[in-house]
Amino acid sequence: MSNYIKLVVLGLVALLAMIAANYGRDLAYQVNFITIALAALATFVFVLRRTGEPERRVDETQYMDDVIRAGVIATSGWAVVGFLAGTFIAFQLAFPQLNFEWAEGYLNFGKLRPLHTSAVIFAFGGNALIMTSFYVVQRTSAARLWGGNMAWFVFWGYNLFIVLAATGYILGATQSKEYAEPEWYVDIWLTVVWLAYLAVFMGTLMKRREPHIYVANWFYLSFILTVAMLHVFNNLSIPVSVFGSKSVQVFSGVQDAMTQWWYGHNAVGFFLTAGFLGMMYYFIPKQAERPVFSYKLSIIHFWALIFIYIWAGPHHLHYTALPDWASTLGMVFSIVLWMPSWGGMINGLMTLAGAWDKLRTDPIIRMMVISVGFYGMSTFEGPMMSIRAVNSLSHYTDWTIGHVHSGALGWNGMITFGALYFLVPKLWNKASLYSLSLVSWHFWLATIGIILYAASMWVTGIMEGLMWREVDANGFLVNSFADTVAAKFPMYVVRGLGGVLYLTGGIIMCYNLWMTVRRAPAVQAANQFVPAE
Amino acid sequence: MAILDKHAVLEKNVTLLAIFAFLVVTIGGIVQIAPLFWLENTIEDVEGMRPYTPLELAGRDIYIREGCYVCHSQMIRPMRDEVERYGHYSLAAESKYDHPFQWGSKRTGPDLARVGGRYSDDWHVDHLRDPQSVVPESVMPKYGFLENRILDGEYIEDTLRTHRFVGVPYSDEMIENGQADFKAQIDPDGDTDGLIARYGDKVQIRNFDGQPGISEADALIAYLQMLGTLVDFSTFTPDASR
Repeated sequence: MSNYIKLVVLGLVALLAMIAANYGRDLAYQVNFITIALAALATFVFVLRRTGEPERRVDETQYMDDVIRAGVIATSGWAVVGFLAGTFIAFQLAFPQLNFEWAEGYLNFGKLRPLHTSAVIFAFGGNALIMTSFYVVQRTSAARLWGGNMAWFVFWGYNLFIVLAATGYILGATQSKEYAEPEWYVDIWLTVVWLAYLAVFMGTLMKRREPHIYVANWFYLSFILTVAMLHVFNNLSIPVSVFGSKSVQVFSGVQDAMTQWWYGHNAVGFFLTAGFLGMMYYFIPKQAERPVFSYKLSIIHFWALIFIYIWAGPHHLHYTALPDWASTLGMVFSIVLWMPSWGGMINGLMTLAGAWDKLRTDPIIRMMVISVGFYGMSTFEGPMMSIRAVNSLSHYTDWTIGHVHSGALGWNGMITFGALYFLVPKLWNKASLYSLSLVSWHFWLATIGIILYAASMWVTGIMEGLMWREVDANGFLVNSFADTVAAKFPMYVVRGLGGVLYLTGGIIMCYNLWMTVRRAPAVQAANQFVPAE
Repeated sequence: MAILDKHAVLEKNVTLLAIFAFLVVTIGGIVQIAPLFWLENTIEDVEGMRPYTPLELAGRDIYIREGCYVCHSQMIRPMRDEVERYGHYSLAAESKYDHPFQWGSKRTGPDLARVGGRYSDDWHVDHLRDPQSVVPESVMPKYGFLENRILDGEYIEDTLRTHRFVGVPYSDEMIENGQADFKAQIDPDGDTDGLIARYGDKVQIRNFDGQPGISEADALIAYLQMLGTLVDFSTFTPDASR
């Protein structure tokens, strides 16, 4: 019966999407709605083929792992796409000829930069978070994912969101709010998917067979809830027409700026920090085979982190037209934030107490440890850059870009690679990875890549900041803006090379994981519930 | 610390944990964002601000579409070098009709908050076509294709209406004449009285790209040429505590 309802809904969605595409006012809107129609039709055929067939029995005593396997594949694939886009646009800034004339208006830096940030944050990072949270919540609750196929809806729905957003950017649909560029209908779709995600996650926690909710799940839960709140408020906009991609933000000027950076900084704070701390709290203890260092520290730093992070946004707006009281509040809370951040770092690193020798033998642990190290480094650099005097130099420069990347490549990237190396043998029932020496190669390529990236951006950032403000004895500016652009060229090449190394590491990882699935010796499936795993 | 033992209550109840976590993350936003909507000194009281003309608004949408905000800020900070380089520091009032704001976060290229009137229209046409021809060090992509895309302002009245809905003071007359004003701004020999009556005599009316028809380059240059030119700074007194 329920299949017939699904078929009616899917058919209607496909029909309405095709009508919308037909009346569409702009190309981005038309292409997006044709994509939606095709997705609905494909799902329609999939459901149709199963309608009337005897229902396949699901073993409710087993973990739901097929959706996690799909998540592993998506995470690895989007990683390469995101790194490739990033490396390409890094070279576009060094060699503007790479803004090809034949692709003018489609592949210019202005279009590809949002594509890159969305591909790494939302496609790579988002798939990693959804996939690991589904894995962790089942293992720590000794329960199968709640909601049956709803987890599959979350997976496909989320990836559809990414495709819609990416094609939209290329064809010109953007709200211009950083990390919240997708237009109104893509935002609405993401809200639906996100609520389904929350339902699956909370539903699984509710039917858990462990008395306590494990600490990793606190972080995942706060990440899902907060991102829902941020997404809804920062994307409040009125479409110009239901048949066009263009919308007009409800807020303007100073209020819109404050809302955007409340969102933007907490996309970092919750998407890229709280969620990834959830990964740290599960995968590091598992890989090190040691319990979490301090339970009390995890309670204190969890509540302190989520309370304080949300205040830090205004440090993106120092010395702007934002009133001083707001920017001062943002600065104070940003500095205080250093403490709970390092609480998390200490809890992660000290989990290795008594197992430090594994750093020599286990390249996966090495990856996880350096990721926590980069987390500590960028959560020190961040509060420092939020101080007004430092910010007056660093704002608008490449220093910010370098800071973001030491966090994103170092912390988010490395912990995700570690989790992927941990998960693939387990999910595909293999005794071990195909090659540990390839993991070592990945580790060193990525680490050297990050160092080249961060170091070159420190140099260009501080250099251009100083060049902009330099005045001569008579009080005249010494450098024209163009002088500072020219001075940055060598460092832009170094940054691009860093990207090449990091990308190469990512490709090696994909090869290693693929060969693990193909070649590594198999073991008996261990998919049954184990209490307190 | 015995209080940490009480935490077990939250650890055993998903609903409580979720409610608590949600309440904790709402506080910062409420304190920092909400007052900006009612504190009177948030937006300065200055003369000269007006809504964008239809052509400028279309240009602004192109600026957003092409991702110009990725490399260009529109927010001059009150530091000596910035004021020297770009002009008077930016006021909150100057972006009060910007839905969304375009302050930017990165200066791969220079700030554009007061670029209006700084260069000639010809310079802008050359620069969009081939940035390196006028600034050899530039890393900006080429935007010559904008000249070939012709606009008719078909939906501009819908856009104005949506902006009015979110609070931009477009009058009924401005909306009804949206398409006419859109076309009037590039034709100084045509009937421009209505446009001037509605948007003031400082509106710049000329064929921005020097070619027949209204192209996307016309709209974008019209937008760039008015940026930062509206406020009459003789009417501005800084607020000591803000």
